Amino acid sequence: MKTRDFRTRSGGRINRAQPLRFTFDGKPYVGFMGDTLASALLANGVHLVGRSFKYHRPRGFLGAGADEPNALVGIRRDSARYTPNLLATQVELYEGLEAVSQNRHPSLENDRMAVNDKLLGRFIPAGFYYKTFMWPRGAWDKLYEPRIREAAGLGVAPSMPDTDSYAQRYAHCDVLVIGAGPAGLVAAMEAATSGARVILCDDRAAMGGSLLSAADVTIEGKDSRAWLEERLAILASMPNVTLLPRTVAFGYYPHNWIGLAEKLTDHLPITPTGKPRERLWQVRAKQVVIAAGAIERPLVFPDNDRPGIMLADAARTYLQQYGVAVGRQVVVVAAHDSGYRVAHELKAAGIEVLAIADIRSQSQVADGARRTGFRVLPGATIEGTTGKLRVASITVTAEGRRETFTCDAVLMAGGFTPSVHLFSQSRGKLVWDPDIQAYLPGQSAEAERSAGACRGRFALKDALVDGIDAGRAAAQATGFAPAYDVHYPSATVLHRNGEGGHIGAAPTSLKQVKAKAFVDWQNDVTSNDILLATREGFISIEHVKRYTTTGMATDQGKLSNINALGIVSGATGRAVPEIGLTTFRPPYTPITFGALAGRARGELFDPARVTAIHDWAAEQGAAFENVGNWKRAHYFPRRGEDMHAAVARECRQVRQSVGIFDASTLGKIEVVGPDAAEFMNRFYVNAWTKLGVGKCRYGVLLREDGFVLDDGVVGRIAAERFHITTTTGGAARVLNMMEDYLQTEWPDLKVWLTSTTEQWSVIAVQGPNARAVITPLIDGLDISAEAFPHMSIADARICGVPMRLMRVSFTGELGFEVNVPSGYGAMVWQAIWERGKAFDMAPYGTETMHVLRAEKGFIIIGQETDGTATPDDVGLAWAIGKAKPDFVGKRSLTRPAMVEPDRKQLVGLLTRDPKIILEEGAQLVAPTGPNTSIGHVTSSYHSAVLGKSIALAMVRGGRERMGQTLHVPMPGGSIPVEVVQPVFVDPEGKRVNV
Amino acid sequence: MLVINCPYCGERPELEFSYGGQAHIARPLKPAELGDEEWNAYLYLRANPKGHHAERWRHIHGCARFFNAVRDTRTDHFVATYKIGEPVPEGSRT
Repeated sequence: MKTRDFRTRSGGRINRAQPLRFTFDGKPYVGFMGDTLASALLANGVHLVGRSFKYHRPRGFLGAGADEPNALVGIRRDSARYTPNLLATQVELYEGLEAVSQNRHPSLENDRMAVNDKLLGRFIPAGFYYKTFMWPRGAWDKLYEPRIREAAGLGVAPSMPDTDSYAQRYAHCDVLVIGAGPAGLVAAMEAATSGARVILCDDRAAMGGSLLSAADVTIEGKDSRAWLEERLAILASMPNVTLLPRTVAFGYYPHNWIGLAEKLTDHLPITPTGKPRERLWQVRAKQVVIAAGAIERPLVFPDNDRPGIMLADAARTYLQQYGVAVGRQVVVVAAHDSGYRVAHELKAAGIEVLAIADIRSQSQVADGARRTGFRVLPGATIEGTTGKLRVASITVTAEGRRETFTCDAVLMAGGFTPSVHLFSQSRGKLVWDPDIQAYLPGQSAEAERSAGACRGRFALKDALVDGIDAGRAAAQATGFAPAYDVHYPSATVLHRNGEGGHIGAAPTSLKQVKAKAFVDWQNDVTSNDILLATREGFISIEHVKRYTTTGMATDQGKLSNINALGIVSGATGRAVPEIGLTTFRPPYTPITFGALAGRARGELFDPARVTAIHDWAAEQGAAFENVGNWKRAHYFPRRGEDMHAAVARECRQVRQSVGIFDASTLGKIEVVGPDAAEFMNRFYVNAWTKLGVGKCRYGVLLREDGFVLDDGVVGRIAAERFHITTTTGGAARVLNMMEDYLQTEWPDLKVWLTSTTEQWSVIAVQGPNARAVITPLIDGLDISAEAFPHMSIADARICGVPMRLMRVSFTGELGFEVNVPSGYGAMVWQAIWERGKAFDMAPYGTETMHVLRAEKGFIIIGQETDGTATPDDVGLAWAIGKAKPDFVGKRSLTRPAMVEPDRKQLVGLLTRDPKIILEEGAQLVAPTGPNTSIGHVTSSYHSAVLGKSIALAMVRGGRERMGQTLHVPMPGGSIPVEVVQPVFVDPEGKRVNV
Repeated sequence: MLVINCPYCGERPELEFSYGGQAHIARPLKPAELGDEEWNAYLYLRANPKGHHAERWRHIHGCARFFNAVRDTRTDHFVATYKIGEPVPEGSRT
């Protein structure tokens, strides 16, 4: 392969004094500083860069920028840094760059999957998976889907963790200008000179937009290149201007909140350590100017996708910006005058233009072109192309004659589509302009305006005027008066951009097109696919898009949406505005997860809440589990114990002697005030008025729709002070609900709420020896059985510090919960632990806590309840204060469905084989109706104390089924169970009252 | 991220707030006197308009107060914010 066969001798904005070595699919090449990977490959004559998604057709470059659909490559830096699906047209070349093509096996030249195109093509049109590969049943899962999945997809995902770091920044400005082409540059300049704070961003490395490929253009009498350099230097020197190249504005969010993704190091040969790879900017702008330019349209004709068939203006960009000739013998297919400009400029560079096939019957620029010596074929129809890995010829019919041109490049000039993506994301209204045949920005929804080609002002002079007006207006709207009178710069061009354009399929003589005419290159969607969709009744553009997948690839329809609309318009006889338009969604181009995650990775992903006892538990070797953001000790394994053994031992130790448990994570709220009891009565189901000071009650909280939301023991510290506890996960939810009612329903109640969840450490001491352990540590309170019965609460002191003691039990054993200010938590725990050594005290975790409470039939919110359980369902009807006229959820309890007899009710289950432990969530069926689920297992454990398995379940009409045998159907067979009362240990509740 | 004008604290970013559903739905004073249809309507039926929506927000990471707002659901622009107990401001088409 000869290198640099296709580089012009001079010209372009590359640095010819700085050659760069790179590889593509292992082959070495040379390019220059300033090249993209695409321009460097083209300079070396390489057009074949990929195989298409479905048909695996050979593909080359179509464009030169963000609109490229074919040239998706993987870039490898080291074993950890491999990025797939990058556009070669956007990858900046650096020394040592390693790139690989995708979606081909074993190689680009010889791809096995090409059979999809030649042999299977007619079986896999759009939507084929809805109609085929259905038989035999079962073959889809085992045979077809895995193969189709293997054949599909583009890049290979990296397998190593991302070693790069990503930064994030918030910024405020007066005017954000998106796009640094001619319109954006002058807009930024106008705003900046008025004193406004300006941010100007552009997704390319160099700012200038279309000016970067301008030739024979002057602005204010200077060469456009010099004018551009000057403007940029001035902007760079202004302190109120922030220039952000390599920064794509990817999303426009409400209230002028714009997302920008800045690439910082991808263009460097070596990633500097410690530097972020990308920076996410979240910008709040008072005013936005969108100067996003326009995207050229390809033409839809048979076999329009061979390598070497590309967008005309892209070819011009490769020539003028990169000094690259995309071919030696070129045919231009034009529907727009701009095709002629391309022809003129290529010819001036020594490239042979064999013909300009204009699908229009006449245009203003045709005569001028003929006089210059071009062959112009008016009213041309395009019949097809040939070529295997590169286009070899194109056949055109014009003026009654059919002619085939041997060529190595075909350039398509279909016109330009204004880029309205960001405007549309901002929820502005688009308006169809029938003259330009494009959607243009109409009524704005945010403080924003568009300027230049993105609103149909394609000519350079018009773009400059538009940008200046927009910049001035934006600055004025933020309160900055312009520094001087408006002055529109003069501009001259040698070849005008001109007029024209075509949407839909290009004209062809063939009555029925058998060959593939591509509309969406990346998803391999042809004009026939779209016609098929309309024939099958999909006439809404939303349906056509989803059925054919046109516009759904990573390029999001940049080259395909408008032609698809044109084809649907023609096929269904409706004007384009009647067909509708699919929604533009962010991001405009793909952005990395890294940029969005920023520093929120690993330990910084989510806060970890730990209790004052955490370190002690960790030192003891506890295994932890996450409960919301909390870390809770799950179990405390001794040497050689697995979880099962540790839990069995902990359970036995608690019931035989005593255990110590960290209950600090449970929610705590103090409800204080003259109306505290009244509030509690309205809020919880229980009656609170008669609860004596120093007494506790198990509170149940419903939602207004009658379903159990939360539970917890409530203690009355004083007539006007309640100490509420909630579940760990429900603390914030309950407090929020309390505040909601107090602030918005009952504002005249004199009640104040304080969250004390983190203020109290809670040390649960449970077991027959619990009192013996803690009594000597306590000061100022008699905790004997007579003086401090079960469900008492009092404030006193322990180990010399304040304590709130509750005699409560979640285990069914004699139990206490020692509350101390959390700063003293570790110290008091340690003191109790020391006392406990003489009693073989066991620290136990949440798993043991779950088993012990299940043995007693105590429910856990979210385990026995799931948001659809009433108090009666879970056996808590007794808790309701019957005389209360109203409380949250009361009215809902009498709704007809809430009193049906076959509602799921809480029961216990014993497996016939006591060694079998049921799976939580397993379904239950009656032997007479094995295909109908009548309930599910909510909690299931091995009970060490009983030596068998136990379970709790919710079963339809459960309370009527005592003694019945039910089945739990499992893959390995059906498990018979007996329905029993939901309590397994000490059903009379004697042990808690010692 | 929206900018929300808390009536107590001024303009703050959306991150500091939690949404509170449709506004001006008073809990019936005597639920026991309502039929099932009426009670269901209170529980479940909500306006869901394309246009001005009177709704509640809570400045959970600020003053922690609930307040009312009128937001245009088409553009997410706030037409007004006002305190609990105050009526929908004039000019809002809710």
